[in-house]
Amino acid sequence: MLGEGILKGLAETARNFAGSFVSADRLTTVQYPEQRIAPIEATRDFPFLVYDGADWEAGLRCVACQICEKECPPQCIYIVKSTDKKPDYVGKQQFYPARFDIDISVCMSCQICVEVCPFEAIKMDTEFELSTTDRFGGLLHDRKELAKSNEHYHKIHPTEASEVDARLAEEKVKTEAKAKAAAAAAAARAAAPAPAKAAPSVGDSASKPAAGETTA
Amino acid sequence: MIATADQIFVLLQHWLVSFLPPVLRPVAAVLLGVVGIVAVFPTLFALAVWMERKGLARMQNRRGPNRVGPFGLLQPIADAIKSLTKEDIVPLSADAAVHFMAPVVLVVVVFMGIAVLPIGRNMTLVSMDSGLLFFFAMGASTELSVFMAGWSSRNKYSLLGAMRGVAQMISYEVPLLMSSVAVVMITGSLSLDKIVAAQNQYTWGLPHWYIFTPWGLAAFVMYAIAGTAETNRSPFDLPEGESELVAGYFTEYSGFKFALFFLGEYVGMLSISGLGTTLFLGGWSAPFSILGFVPSWIWFFSKVMLSICVFIWIRGTLPRMRQDQLMNFAWKFVLPLTLLNLLVAALWRILGDGWQRWVICSAILLLAYGLMARIGMYREHIGPRKYRYAE
Amino acid sequence: MSFVFYVLAALSVAGALAAVLLKNTVHCALALTVAFAGLALLFLQLDAQFAGFAQILVYIGAVAILVVFAILLTRGSETPKDGVYSRNWPVGLIIATSVFAVLGWAVLHSMSAIPQSTSAVPVVTVLDIGNALMGRYVLPLEIVALLLTAALIGAVIVAMHEKERPK
Repeated sequence: MLGEGILKGLAETARNFAGSFVSADRLTTVQYPEQRIAPIEATRDFPFLVYDGADWEAGLRCVACQICEKECPPQCIYIVKSTDKKPDYVGKQQFYPARFDIDISVCMSCQICVEVCPFEAIKMDTEFELSTTDRFGGLLHDRKELAKSNEHYHKIHPTEASEVDARLAEEKVKTEAKAKAAAAAAAARAAAPAPAKAAPSVGDSASKPAAGETTA
Repeated sequence: MIATADQIFVLLQHWLVSFLPPVLRPVAAVLLGVVGIVAVFPTLFALAVWMERKGLARMQNRRGPNRVGPFGLLQPIADAIKSLTKEDIVPLSADAAVHFMAPVVLVVVVFMGIAVLPIGRNMTLVSMDSGLLFFFAMGASTELSVFMAGWSSRNKYSLLGAMRGVAQMISYEVPLLMSSVAVVMITGSLSLDKIVAAQNQYTWGLPHWYIFTPWGLAAFVMYAIAGTAETNRSPFDLPEGESELVAGYFTEYSGFKFALFFLGEYVGMLSISGLGTTLFLGGWSAPFSILGFVPSWIWFFSKVMLSICVFIWIRGTLPRMRQDQLMNFAWKFVLPLTLLNLLVAALWRILGDGWQRWVICSAILLLAYGLMARIGMYREHIGPRKYRYAE
Repeated sequence: MSFVFYVLAALSVAGALAAVLLKNTVHCALALTVAFAGLALLFLQLDAQFAGFAQILVYIGAVAILVVFAILLTRGSETPKDGVYSRNWPVGLIIATSVFAVLGWAVLHSMSAIPQSTSAVPVVTVLDIGNALMGRYVLPLEIVALLLTAALIGAVIVAMHEKERPK
């Protein structure tokens, strides 16, 4: 019958109107500053630098390789490499960033810097309430603001952080094993130079053509 | 005591006027009435804007504004302050005189229409013999303001919106008038006071409102449809379609002039609802005779606000109609039914009192409605579209 | 001849003059609307309520809109290149003066023919107009209705003619 659809529509809106006072699924508004929706785990807003341990300067994972600076599409990262080195988590001496600035008014949250970092040093944060009244420097975050601890990383992205920790631990184990093997090989070489000197042509001539083949 | 509450504004007017010499008394009385209307109707407008935002929001599963006052009641005031303090931009090539006059004409004409509405017992500002004709004359002048607004902006979208708006308003004016002519025919007078007095009678406690008769219900439905189209309200708001023509004929207006257009549109809605309640819902008469102790103006304003709620409800429900759909609807469906309704109303009068007239009139109207619906649905050509190009 | 009459007469004459003297055609149409409004107010001042409101409803609400649409849909909204005054204006002036003279003579002649009585003017209500239309003047009413129907059908045919051309 003509007009039936209109009446059904009116009934539906009336049901919505009345239901919005009693049931929660007919009023889905979240009143923002007082109530917030918890972000899901894969949320990403702006990058931050991860540090291990308690001291942010000593534990900063970033080695100032500047790959993220080169890969960033809007070029919002500015890095100045340090002149000296400090030991990283496996003990190897690495450079560290003397300056690491990200301009978050330019950053587009594409996560490319995270994807290309070989040292798991830069990750995406979930903090978005970063507005400030200082329009000239307030949105330029330096390395002190950007450095956040590994515990913070675990809190915001637990699965990712556990995976990263597992990978780093594995790396550490492998490096230590390699170091032990190298040390053992060096010790073995140091311990047996005399029998090697007895047959120098065997050892040396065997290694030299192999070296010569690979270079040719 | 009850009579005092009912006539309180009339008594107040007489008391204030008694301070002046007798020469000035009639003019002062009318001026006081005008001040009353200019004070009350914008307040109702603010209330209507608040109701619209909250009501529409609840129908759309969200809250409306709730920050500015308790339940957002001060939001219209915040909106008013914002409109008044915005920069008034007039386009360089716009016709400055006509651009300025358009909102003024709209507001003046709309407020003049309210002058003949019987707001309560003895509370009509100007009690004329042809009050209804005056109201429709004022309604016809609003189209001129729409056209002036659209043309003076020198903007093709405004002009297009204005032309669509004027075409729509002219087309729906005919059913609007025709559905009220049925009421005039039965009452025998064009005076709105007499129409309300004719409905102010009760049998077995139920009122004689015209909406409770078959022809009155049909006329009321068609009056409501035509009234919605006259004030450019959803689903007939193509001229000001927010998603199509920016804001249609008032695109180029900002600040106070935009606020005046907004005011004009809502007060127009209030005055059309006012006329609808006067013609069909009994004006200021109470629904049951036992409720007669409630002041008459309270009944009038409650019925008007109820009509506004129905307008808002319909806006929240229906999608917008396309221009050719709305014109077809007006000329091919609503107009023939209004003409038939005139015939039915005449039959009602001729057949005299009794149950026969209820059955015959209802049967004719339902049959006509069903037939028109069938014919309308039958002609739906579902197939590849045929285009008509302008020569 | 009261003060109100002079004001309303001045308004109507000013509107009519503006309608012929302004350059922009749409401004002329709006000035014509003001002239119509002045006429309606004159009717109301003479207590002819029905005539006054019908004038507003029909002339301002429909005829003025029609004039405006006609200006818009043709190219009338552009100001004419050759100016608004025609070159044959003396002839126009002579014709206008002679028409005015004839009308003035007719009005003055009829005024002296009415008996100068101070009795009240009979109030014509809508009821009287209705009775007259349905009683004494029913034939002119039906003829006007026929004329309007013919005009309506003609308009529909003219608009529909474009659809019947083969594509």
